[in-house]
Amino acid sequence: MRALLIRDLRLATRAGGGFGLALAFFLIVCTLVPFGVGPEGGTLSRIAPGILWVGALLSCLLSLDRIFALDFEDGSLDLLATAPLPLEGAVAIKALAHWLVTGLPLALSAPVFALLLHLPGPAYPWLVASLILGTPALSMLGAFGAAVTVGLRRGGLLLSLLVLPLYVPTLIFGAEAVRRGAAGADPVAPLVFLAAITLATLALAPFAAAAALRVNLR
Amino acid sequence: MSLLAVRDLAVARGGLRAVEGVSFSLDPGGALVLRGPNGIGKTTLLRTLAGLQPAVAGVIEAAPDAIAYAGHSDGLKPALTVTENLRFWSEIFGGPDIAAALEAMNLRELAARPAHALSAGQKRRLGLARLMVTGRPVWLLDEPTVSLDRASVALFAAMLRAHLGRGGAAVIATHIELGLPEAEILELGPYRARETRRESRPAGFNEAFG
Amino acid sequence: MSIWEYANPVKFMRTSGAILPWVVAGAALCTVAGLVWGFLTPEDYKQGSTVKIIFLHVPAALMAINIWLMMLVTSLIWLIRRHHVSALAAKAAAPVGAVMTLIALITGAIWGQPMWGTWWEWDPRLTSFLILFLFYLGYMALWEAVENADSAADLTGVLCLVGSVFALLSRYAVNFWNQGLHQGASLSLAPGERMAAVYRYPLYLTMAGFFLLFLALLLIRTRTEIRRRRLAALLARENRA
Repeated sequence: MRALLIRDLRLATRAGGGFGLALAFFLIVCTLVPFGVGPEGGTLSRIAPGILWVGALLSCLLSLDRIFALDFEDGSLDLLATAPLPLEGAVAIKALAHWLVTGLPLALSAPVFALLLHLPGPAYPWLVASLILGTPALSMLGAFGAAVTVGLRRGGLLLSLLVLPLYVPTLIFGAEAVRRGAAGADPVAPLVFLAAITLATLALAPFAAAAALRVNLR
Repeated sequence: MSLLAVRDLAVARGGLRAVEGVSFSLDPGGALVLRGPNGIGKTTLLRTLAGLQPAVAGVIEAAPDAIAYAGHSDGLKPALTVTENLRFWSEIFGGPDIAAALEAMNLRELAARPAHALSAGQKRRLGLARLMVTGRPVWLLDEPTVSLDRASVALFAAMLRAHLGRGGAAVIATHIELGLPEAEILELGPYRARETRRESRPAGFNEAFG
Repeated sequence: MSIWEYANPVKFMRTSGAILPWVVAGAALCTVAGLVWGFLTPEDYKQGSTVKIIFLHVPAALMAINIWLMMLVTSLIWLIRRHHVSALAAKAAAPVGAVMTLIALITGAIWGQPMWGTWWEWDPRLTSFLILFLFYLGYMALWEAVENADSAADLTGVLCLVGSVFALLSRYAVNFWNQGLHQGASLSLAPGERMAAVYRYPLYLTMAGFFLLFLALLLIRTRTEIRRRRLAALLARENRA
């Protein structure tokens, strides 16, 4: 298991691995939004929680198809499926690797992007907390979508169509926590729901993803 | 005690049975060469034996974690070096050290080279060396000698003989003479699935509605 | 005689062919009669004549949800018992469900405009239906994208399962997010909230009509799918020989 995690992290951080692309995309989203809605600080700070969460979600989406597509093309997935490691475990590890190179950096760097959007001061800790709690579910659900669409031509577009509706509950609770934090209200309730969704997803989605992978490998 | 025993196996491709009624058993040291025209289902048979797709009918008996599969692609990461690629599969399969495998396929000089800088034949050699680090007794080989030159084929044949000599076994789909005198040959032609209505479970949509 | 015998394509074709004309006739009768009756009902003291759109809106919304449930059940039957007709029935139902969802959304917008003064409101019920529509789209797109029928049936089955869980989850998450303007369930069992009988009976009739309409479309589409699979199977066999 550790070997797979280390290999995926090493592949992601080597040249051509695409590490940092998600962060760059996040930056672009946060730069474009003020051009769209105007530079007025009050407006920006009101919509900042939503923009930050939607931006993080879209940045996460960018690299999802790489979770399995490369391993499928070069035959590694066949070999992983015959390895002693259960396929469910391999799926969970690969989702974890995806989270470590996209979700976690997004969560940790979000305060910088929040500055650009005038996010109100009290919301900062809640922004980071909600992203750290929520993005693992995004990676895991993305791994499910990637497993369903692996090996399809034009799989990338279909992947977005399948995965984005699954992101709705995570987005709702995540953005709500930040919004409540910004308004000075108590954000614990949405955070608890967010954590519950993430835990349930981490527990169940690997089985669905592994089932889909087995179908695509036959 | 046989390493791999197959009784009355039927495998399907594209929802239709390809070959059926295949039976054989492999003892330690045994090798089976699959022959047959293109498209008869050699790859499908090997993938079914590897557990990558379900058998339509019949029984496959093998010890758990006994089978190592080598298909058309080698499962190499271009960004990793030869050593890193091999070590990864060794750790995943919990197999032996990679030194012997590097030696056997003459990869020692290339050990530090990234896989994207290898030629097709060198990649193939690395892919075959991977079999040794799985530590598994039964090798399923699908056209293993594709893009190998004559010297490399000899190298591979020697590695295979050594594996059989250590009590391993292999099922090989190939048309090249590998110089394995003890190998049995299984001609798949006579096992081609016939067009008959069956009472048993259909292999897929194409059979259920055929 | 077991219900599973209808999983046999030949048997299904024979039986569905026999009952199809009756279902079509029943659907036409109930829908037309219900809609005409509904149109002739008196105007509501509060909502005026706009209330009459209820006879399209409520049955469509009801079917939109129930069709997804039916797809969930047939997908489970396929995944567990491997009955091919069941997988094809799920595939055949999806576009009908998507159109029902769309009808519910559009009639809702037309009704909402005079009532709430807006074509679209991010109300929990409306939002949930929009999400349900997205799930229908994803499900249908996956069927289209996967070439191998066996893989497509398995993958869409798994997607339907996961999608059902998340559609339900979204329904409650959306409630948390916005409390909404939409009135409560139209057919509540609590006594004080029931709608007047003048509206209730034609509504029951259109609901029966929409159900029969769905059944007729489902049978027709499943029969088409079976014929299409049969054609594909014959072609595959010919290519092999």
